[in-house]
Amino acid sequence: MTIAEPNPEFAKKVENGGPGGETLMLCYQCGTCTASCPSGRLTAFRTRQLIRKAQLGLKDEILATEELWLCTTCYSCVERCPREVEITDILFILRNMAAREGYMSEQHKKIGENMLKLGATIPFSEDAKKLRVKMGLPENPPTTVGDAKAMADFRTIMEVCGFDKLMKGGKK
Amino acid sequence: MSGKYALFLGCVAPLRYPGIELATREVFKSLNVELVELQGAGCCPAPGVIRSFDQSTWLALGARNLALAEKQGVDLMTICNGCYGSLFEANHMLQHHPEKLKEVNQILAKVGMHYTGNVKVRHFADVLYNDIGMEKIKAHVKTPLSYNIAVHYGCHFLKPTRLKHLDDAERPTMLDELVEVTGAKSLNYRDKLMCCGAGGGVRSRASGTALKMTEEKLKNVKKVGAQMIIDVCPFCHLQYDRSQKDLPGYDIPVIHLSQLYGMAFGLPREKLGLEAHETKVNI
Repeated sequence: MTIAEPNPEFAKKVENGGPGGETLMLCYQCGTCTASCPSGRLTAFRTRQLIRKAQLGLKDEILATEELWLCTTCYSCVERCPREVEITDILFILRNMAAREGYMSEQHKKIGENMLKLGATIPFSEDAKKLRVKMGLPENPPTTVGDAKAMADFRTIMEVCGFDKLMKGGKK
Repeated sequence: MSGKYALFLGCVAPLRYPGIELATREVFKSLNVELVELQGAGCCPAPGVIRSFDQSTWLALGARNLALAEKQGVDLMTICNGCYGSLFEANHMLQHHPEKLKEVNQILAKVGMHYTGNVKVRHFADVLYNDIGMEKIKAHVKTPLSYNIAVHYGCHFLKPTRLKHLDDAERPTMLDELVEVTGAKSLNYRDKLMCCGAGGGVRSRASGTALKMTEEKLKNVKKVGAQMIIDVCPFCHLQYDRSQKDLPGYDIPVIHLSQLYGMAFGLPREKLGLEAHETKVNI
């Protein structure tokens, strides 16, 4: 059995990982978050534990787990946290780190691919197009979906940010 | 900014449930409130997935949408909790972190755009309740409704309340009032404020978990005998509507508030796009 060593350097990275990260060390482990979590009711996801692991910098125990992806970002924990820890912001910081380490799921990469193609998270079916026309709406909505110049701009921004590479599984 | 709004369509409404888009356009036309087209807008981008993958992409794409509204000098109105959550929080981040705004503007410059931070992000239910008001809405109800309704607030409409200040997230009444102005009755049910299960990328990465959460909600909705679920978010809408085909014993119609207002305002049925719904709307 190996016992994970605390890694203060990783914890520092989380604290500096973006707005909200600086609240990480405010948590005093009361567990209100876990008690409020609708996902934790049904799964092994434990919000308090995730925050504790982040405080200790247990990188691999956080980034390599499926639990990290079971939060629906409902903000119930954030609403009730007596220490005003920005739990959801911290979750986003951790998930971004996991994505960069190659822990994105294939389903999620597919959504990313769709973004690069259409500027939307979901595909646009022929049936939906037909229904739009039947209802008297233009076949394409006035979004990136029906506007080539807008789509090119949208894609440029994603490329500048390295999103296309991230979706291919490469390191950012 | 002015009393008109830039309509932010998002993805799920125009591409899956165009009835939500059309009903919104028609309802606001009836109420004499101008909606400006946000030509070329893209995905908000989705808070649960895109923000989880890469916050810098999320923020830059959000800023692009905000810049489109700013250029037209109007505030932006969403018809979706997810779009509202993403754009509201991106806007808040840009308005409160000058270094982020600077970073984002360097990216936007590559496509000839700029954002200064002057747009307000609004949810259409907030606009209906606070700007248009119950009295005016009531005056437009031509066909009073008598349904028993389970409202679903969803998560990103009110929360986090310390940024949004729209209503009490533990005991809200806004959506109940917006539904009851049509004559319908809003029912109380267990875990009314619980998440639908779809958000945070859970629907796509762990669909079984999402479905379990949805079933939990549907069970409670069914128990009180609700005739329909009213939502203010096309993504919650999709989750409830599509999940019921995988859950034997459930056939509760799922209707977006704009579609409910369409019914109450006497819009022709075909303008509501109900045929896109997987769970048939037989009322």
